Amino acid sequence: MTTIRLSVNGREHEVKVAPGRLLLDCLRYDLGLTGTKEGCGVGVCGACTVLVDGKMTTSCLTLAAMVDGAEIVTIEGVADGDELDALQRGFVEHGGFQCGICTPGQILAARALLEETPHPTPEQVKSWMTGNLCRCTGYYKIVESILAAAEEGGRAPERAEAERGAL
Amino acid sequence: MTDLDFRAPTDLAEGTALLAEHGPDAKVLAGGTALVLSMKQRLVRPRVLVSLQRVPGLAEVTPHDGGLRIGARATLRDLETSPPIAERLPSLRDTIARVATVRIRNHATIGGNLAQGDPLMDVPAVLMALDATVRLASAQGDRAVPLALFYVDRHTIAARPDEIITAVDVPAQPLRTATAYLKYVPRTVTDYPTVGVAARLTLDEAGDRVDDVRLALAGAGPTTLRAVAAEDLLRGRRPTTGAFAEVAATVRDMAAPDADFRGSAEYKREMIEVHVRRALQQVYRSL
Repeated sequence: MTTIRLSVNGREHEVKVAPGRLLLDCLRYDLGLTGTKEGCGVGVCGACTVLVDGKMTTSCLTLAAMVDGAEIVTIEGVADGDELDALQRGFVEHGGFQCGICTPGQILAARALLEETPHPTPEQVKSWMTGNLCRCTGYYKIVESILAAAEEGGRAPERAEAERGAL
Repeated sequence: MTDLDFRAPTDLAEGTALLAEHGPDAKVLAGGTALVLSMKQRLVRPRVLVSLQRVPGLAEVTPHDGGLRIGARATLRDLETSPPIAERLPSLRDTIARVATVRIRNHATIGGNLAQGDPLMDVPAVLMALDATVRLASAQGDRAVPLALFYVDRHTIAARPDEIITAVDVPAQPLRTATAYLKYVPRTVTDYPTVGVAARLTLDEAGDRVDDVRLALAGAGPTTLRAVAAEDLLRGRRPTTGAFAEVAATVRDMAAPDADFRGSAEYKREMIEVHVRRALQQVYRSL
């Protein structure tokens, strides 16, 4: 066993993991954060997407020991208490999910997109989101949800900056 | 994945010492997209993982000898968004931007990509056309292997198990030269190519003869294939549609693609011919 330090959704954790422990299993079973889902298990479907130091990451192909010391955001860290963030509201208001298993990964992938490109074109959204499959095939609604969140300011850094300034 | 030891050396010498100590029981870990997947599928069972995550200086792109030295741990996404790569090696940038998805490109490293020895990978083909060289480090010293000599057989590379790929050197490209990689993906945009063709064409000073050419292919045999005999056929000739067609037919005849769910061997040979011709026409038009 090896001890690693992770900051997950702003909380510091020291976790003892086996060297081969996947980040996905560490989040779900060691930390109880079951919002992150396993889909294909081979890096294709994007259901297990989390942010590691801001970058969207395939938690089913990442060993926990590889991200020792990193800052991680999972779906549990997106809302502010009961207050949904713009992307979550976009998905609710525009029907961006059906069965819901891909939704945590979709939202984190979209968050990474909006951090980098706050006002993407529909083509940019489609291109970026090719790594997140929806088994219900509700792709148009997902694109609409993300565009709506971007419209609202979403996770745009300048908006976050402005909010911090307002406080 | 029991009985596994995870080591994260803090410098290269510590890493090469670990590999020297554990031999073939140890595997070098970079982005993990290939190695962690192979471990999950029990295709490999290393006893020691030597992760490069804490080794400094392995992920930079730096000017080197007129060309660029690309650190092996640079991710494909790092390179896709790197200004010197976009400026100096646009064909490499364009190729990388079409590998898998952004999320996978966030993990996958260029060194790991080269280390797989997978004949369907795109990046080795374009780097071969660009005359790249692989730099290797071990406890016994450093050496460099031209990428054109790096692939021995399917999933078999010229690096020893005790060696770490530290960088890829891409030399300054000749004047009057253009390079392109055509990726044929009839199923989905994120797929491996059915066939992929990298072509680099250099014209002579008058601009009416082929001074030099490189042709490297993905999906055309057990390794990334450099079509040297076809290159020889074009050197010194006028860059005509007829000459390109003749070269494309030669590549078709020397290719030995696998039949699989992406197509029969005969179909892939046909697609190789079409794409070699198109690649040569495209680079010629861009000059």
